[in-house]
Amino acid sequence: MKCLVTGGNVKVLGKAVHSLSRIGDELYLEPLEYGLSLRTVNSSRSAYACFLFAPLFFQQYQAVTPGQDLLRCKILMKSFLSVFRSLAMLEKTVEKCCISLNGKSSRLVVQLHCKYGVRKTHNLSFQDCESLQAVFDPASCPHMLHAPARVLGEAVLPFPPALAEVTLGIGRGRRVILRSYQEEEEVADNTVKAMVTEMSIGEEDFQQLQAQEGVAVTFCLKEFRGLLSFAESANLNLSIHFDAPGRPAIFTIKDSLLNGHFVLATLSETDPHSKDLGSSELHQPVPQLQNYSTPHMEDFASDDIESFMIAMETTLGSEGSRVLPSISLSPGPQLPNSPDPQSEEEDEAEPTTVPGTPPPKKVRAGSGGRGQEGRREAAARNCCFLFSSSARYSLAPSWPLYIPPRALALCWLKTVRVKAELKRSVSRGPGLGEAPAMGHCKGGLVGAKLGLLRHLAIRCGAACLAHPD
Amino acid sequence: MKFRGKIVDGACLNHFTRVSNMIAKLAKTCTLRISPDKLNFILSDKLTSGGVSMWCELEQENFFSEFQMEGVSAENNEIYVELTSENLSRALKTAQNARALKIKLTNKHFPCLTVSVDLLSVSSSSRIVTHDIPIKVIPRKLWKDLQEPVVPHPDVSIYLPVLKTMKSVVEKMKNISNHLVIEANLNGELNLKIETELVCVTTHFKDLGNPSLASENASQDRNPEQMAEVHLDIKKLLQFLVGQQVNPTKALCNIVRNKMVHFDLLHEDVSLQYFIPALS
Repeated sequence: MKCLVTGGNVKVLGKAVHSLSRIGDELYLEPLEYGLSLRTVNSSRSAYACFLFAPLFFQQYQAVTPGQDLLRCKILMKSFLSVFRSLAMLEKTVEKCCISLNGKSSRLVVQLHCKYGVRKTHNLSFQDCESLQAVFDPASCPHMLHAPARVLGEAVLPFPPALAEVTLGIGRGRRVILRSYQEEEEVADNTVKAMVTEMSIGEEDFQQLQAQEGVAVTFCLKEFRGLLSFAESANLNLSIHFDAPGRPAIFTIKDSLLNGHFVLATLSETDPHSKDLGSSELHQPVPQLQNYSTPHMEDFASDDIESFMIAMETTLGSEGSRVLPSISLSPGPQLPNSPDPQSEEEDEAEPTTVPGTPPPKKVRAGSGGRGQEGRREAAARNCCFLFSSSARYSLAPSWPLYIPPRALALCWLKTVRVKAELKRSVSRGPGLGEAPAMGHCKGGLVGAKLGLLRHLAIRCGAACLAHPD
Repeated sequence: MKFRGKIVDGACLNHFTRVSNMIAKLAKTCTLRISPDKLNFILSDKLTSGGVSMWCELEQENFFSEFQMEGVSAENNEIYVELTSENLSRALKTAQNARALKIKLTNKHFPCLTVSVDLLSVSSSSRIVTHDIPIKVIPRKLWKDLQEPVVPHPDVSIYLPVLKTMKSVVEKMKNISNHLVIEANLNGELNLKIETELVCVTTHFKDLGNPSLASENASQDRNPEQMAEVHLDIKKLLQFLVGQQVNPTKALCNIVRNKMVHFDLLHEDVSLQYFIPALS
């Protein structure tokens, strides 16, 4: 891949990266035929953001260098952001920005051509990854509002910058209301109460308002501010598509050269008196997609890692398949395809009947790593909008649901290799018996290998979660 | 208990915002006393404030175009509520370009002071921002602790220099010592002294002027050169000085030897009295 950004677009790209950095820690960069997509998801999978830059945004855009496969990479957000950290500097001194993926050296090369002949080259290491996709369809949301970003920017101004969540709804007289959201525990505590701020805007300020009085959703304001600041600086219009509480809210901006989508999970309401924006909407039962059965946790420690891996590989589909089976994620799903041993595999893929369930929540928390978003994020939210249990996937052309086999095979290969070594070392080790459970292994070498296996399992598991299975 | 007020004048609104910003810097939590003709921000000298007390008074007529209140009872026609001062200043910050500001006592799940701002907007539609500041109503039996403090008879009374200068001096002194001596005499001289093992620093302010004292205290007996000093906690003095963003119309400092310092400021028509006790 090779693309060249010039002039004012460099700053736009920089701002987009800043916006994305508010959401997640890793940036998924994917050059597609119809544009360059930058995506990210937060660690608790409750927010997804994506910017798609059309080829016209670039002075030169080449998605696939002839002779090379389509590369997809995942970079640390921090690293990529550091290239575009100072927007003022970008505006003043950078004339051109060239981004290219060097598959051989596994480096993403970002070269900034600045004034006075100064050239800054950043070599960022990346990881091959699967395509990060989210399942969402703005058209399926019954409620929508459309306004210039400026209006929404002014609307969030009265709220303290530290405020985590905000409720957006339609109040009496068709007024759009934004109210700061308080956690129930905080309200119950008599001594420490936070100020409640409410902003009410008349319908006339909106270009389009398609919602009834009384509907309301609560989402993370901090994450929304990311998109809002971008939209304000680019002077674009923002659309908010939302549904019942608990269903994700979709924020979109569109331009001839780019479009952006932020999908944020919304709080599913369990208590009736927390919101008072008129008659509250009927509480839709939230699909309990996070209740993976925990028996898998113990299984995870033992041999079942292999079977899990096998199942994952096969579940994620045969090559280039565009039709995904609708797999329900409640415990006890069915394996859609019979295991399909790929020719690239080194090891034998043993067909099993272990369901291709994504790993339990515990593993995900481990892979997430940050642990900053606490129980509030994990418990209350419908974090798994990415795994819509409905079979209806968005077939909008901009969000294809293909899964590249190459990267996955890479993952699988690594696992297999480690497994083979593990088998050998286990047979060598004195008195180890069966494959020990996690955390009980003695012996440095075996411990290390198990650790690596577990690490890979977590990574693949995390990648699996990104898939709209 | 009822309270309802409305401010429509832009200048009054800005002044009120400035007052609340000042209070927010001086005290984290304070008591608001509402009476038929005045509003007071009070900090009583409890242990939590470290002995510092504050009394800020403003005439409601100078700010509100509409003002209605009904106290706890007919004989005690006053309302005392406790609130976090930062909340009020934050609420008023959004009223920069407001058409009108309404403030009232409400009870929405918990007792609040609701500040409702009518913003000017480009389009014809109005935009309303509402802030519900949680408050705690103070029962009548605690009112006696929140009365106007008695200004003690000072040993020296002197006009303060430019507060910004004083603030920058004290700020630098804070890095050296925790403990500062403030002394002044009736000759218009004020000194700020700090002393550590290694160094002594004194800043002298001259030609400050003293208010003419009432003739009842035998000021003739006292040597005008004699200094009256108080040992203070430097942080408390700095907190007071930091709160003064705008230079006051009048600034007076009363020193009671080894007991306390009393600052008497006037910001246009808002009076502020701040008491810092001596270090024991």
